[in-house]
Amino acid sequence: MSDFTLILANLFSRKLRAALMLVAIFFAFLIFGVLAGVQNGFDNIGDSGSENRLVTTNKINFTQPLPLAYISRIRSVEGVVGASHANWFGGYYQDPKNLVMTFAVDPESYLNIYAGDVALAADQKAAFLADRTGLLVGRKIAEKNGWKVGDRIPLNSNIYTNKNTGKQSWEFTISGIVDPAREDGSTDWAIFHYDYFSESVTFGQNTIGYVIIETADKALNMKIAKVIDEMFANSPAETATDTEKAFGQAFAAQLGNITLVITLVVGAAFFTILMIVGNTMFMAVRERTREIGVMKTLGFPSGRIFKLVLGESLMLSAIGALPALAASAGLLIWMKKTVGMPGLALTAPYVALGVGIMLALGLLTGLIPAWNALRLNIVTALGRQ
Amino acid sequence: MTALISIQGGAKRFVKGRETITIFDHLDMTIEQGDFIAIMGPSGSGKTTLLNLLGGIDRATAGSISFAGQRLDQMNEGQLSAWRAANVGFIFQFYNLMPALNAARNVELPLLLTSLGAGERKRRVETALKIVGLAERAKHFPREMSGGQQQRVAIARAIVADPRMLLCDEPTGDLDRKTADEILSMLQLLNKEMGKTIIMVTHDPEAARYASRVLHLDKGRFVEQVAA
Repeated sequence: MSDFTLILANLFSRKLRAALMLVAIFFAFLIFGVLAGVQNGFDNIGDSGSENRLVTTNKINFTQPLPLAYISRIRSVEGVVGASHANWFGGYYQDPKNLVMTFAVDPESYLNIYAGDVALAADQKAAFLADRTGLLVGRKIAEKNGWKVGDRIPLNSNIYTNKNTGKQSWEFTISGIVDPAREDGSTDWAIFHYDYFSESVTFGQNTIGYVIIETADKALNMKIAKVIDEMFANSPAETATDTEKAFGQAFAAQLGNITLVITLVVGAAFFTILMIVGNTMFMAVRERTREIGVMKTLGFPSGRIFKLVLGESLMLSAIGALPALAASAGLLIWMKKTVGMPGLALTAPYVALGVGIMLALGLLTGLIPAWNALRLNIVTALGRQ
Repeated sequence: MTALISIQGGAKRFVKGRETITIFDHLDMTIEQGDFIAIMGPSGSGKTTLLNLLGGIDRATAGSISFAGQRLDQMNEGQLSAWRAANVGFIFQFYNLMPALNAARNVELPLLLTSLGAGERKRRVETALKIVGLAERAKHFPREMSGGQQQRVAIARAIVADPRMLLCDEPTGDLDRKTADEILSMLQLLNKEMGKTIIMVTHDPEAARYASRVLHLDKGRFVEQVAA
C-alpha cells in the first residue's frame, strides 16, 4: 500500500457518491472539450486557404451586393494576379433543413483561384465549364444526397426565384464532384455558373456578392486592399477588403458570439460542479474526522494528512476530467468527419487549459477540507462519535 | 527495571467560560519498562486525559513528561508525531479501523510511516496478523468482522511497528466477557512474551486483573494497588 492507494481507497469508500461526483465532472469537461473544439473550428476558418487571397465586400456588410463591373476594375489593380466573384444562393435540397451551401460563381476564374485547394478530374472540370446549368459539388454533399455525375437535380433557393419557372426551385446537372486537395481542406459547398444565375433571377442582375482576389505576394495584401477600397470610395457601393480568413470568420460570426456562448456555458457548468463537488468533499472529510484523528494518533504528520486529503480531491478531478477530455477529442474527430469543419479539434492549448481547470477544480474543492484536516485536534477528533 | 515513561508535577486544566476545571494537578507517576498497568477510576477522573498525555496526543498544562529520557512536553507537533509512530501503539474501545481498508491494509498503516520496503511491510503485516490469529482474515474489511476480530486487527496494527509501549483505552469496553478475556489474554501475552509496556484504562475490575499493577485515579491522585 502507498499513499496513492490510500487516497483511492478513501475516495471510493462511498462508491455511489464518488460515481455521481465523477459523472458530474466528466460531463462538465466533456462540454468544455467539445465547445473548445468548436471554438477552435471557428478560430481556424479560412486557415486552409491561401495567404495571398483577399475578399472584397460591400462596406455596409457582405449581404449587400456590388456591381459586376467592379471585377474588371479590381483585376486591373497592380499586384492582383487574379480575381473572381461569387453570390450566395442559399440552397437546400428537398428539405429546408438539408442545406447545401451554394454559390453562383464565375466558373473559370473561380476554379483558377482555388486550383490549389480542390481536386477535380479534368473531364469533370471541362464538363462544368461547358454546361451553363452545371453544378460542382463537394463529395460529402454528393454522397449524403446520393448524387452522381450526370444527375439532374433540383436545388431550392430561399432567396431567389427562377423567373423562367416562377419557382424557387432551380434545375442543375451534376458536372463534377470535388474533393479537398489538402487534408485540412473542405469542399462542403456547391458552385454553379453566375451567367445562369444572373439571367434567371428576378432581381439583382449584374450584381455580385463578393470578390475573391489573388495577390502576387501576401506582403502586398494590405496595400492592395487599401488601393481597392480607395478606388470605390464615395461611390454608391463602397467596399471593404480584408483577408479571406477574416472574411470567413465574419461570416461565421453571424451564428453568434461563439466565445461568449462557450464561456457562459462552461462557466455555469463549472460553477455548479465546483459547488457540488466542494460541498461533497467537505462533507466526506467531515464524516471521516475520527479516521483522520486516528491517523494522526498513529503518527501521520499533519502535512501528510493535508496532502492525502488534497490528493483525494485532485484525484477525483483527474479521474473525471481526463477521460472526458479524451472522449471530447474523439467526439470532435467524429464531428469533423460528419460536419466537415476542418478546424474541429481539441488542440494542445485547449488541452492545457482543460488540465489547468482540472487542477484548479481539484485544488479549490480540496483546500478547505484539507486545511480543516491539517488543523484537526486529535483529542477532539477521537471524541467525536 | 528502568523507568520508561514518567510524569513529574503533571497538571491538566481546562478553561470553560470563566471557569477553570482542574482534571489533576501535581501528578507524579513512573512506569517501568515491561509494566502492565491498569488505570481505573470513576468517570471524569481524567483517566483518558492521562492516557492522551502519555501518548503525546494532548499536552499537559504544567509539568514534564519523559519517555526513555526524551522530554515529550518539549517536542513540537511534528516531533511528537514521529515519536508516536516509533514508540507507541494505540488500542481504542471502538477499534477505530479504517472502513475503506481491509485488515491487512489497516495493519500496514503505521508502516507507511517507516522506510520499510513493500516486501518487508508485507512480511510484518502477516506476522502481526498471525500473532492475533487472523492470518486468514487479511483480505476482510472491518464491516465483515465481529467486534472481537476487529479489536484483534487493531492490536495487530498497534504492534506491527514494534513499539515499546501500548496504550489501551477501554479495549474491552465494547466486547462480551468471553471475547474480552481473549483480548486481555492477548495483551498479557504481548506484555510477558514480547516485553511490551502496556498502560490500559478500564472501568472493568475483571480486566484490571490481567495487569501487573492497578492504579486508581481519584480526585487527581493515584492510589496504587497490586493486581490480584
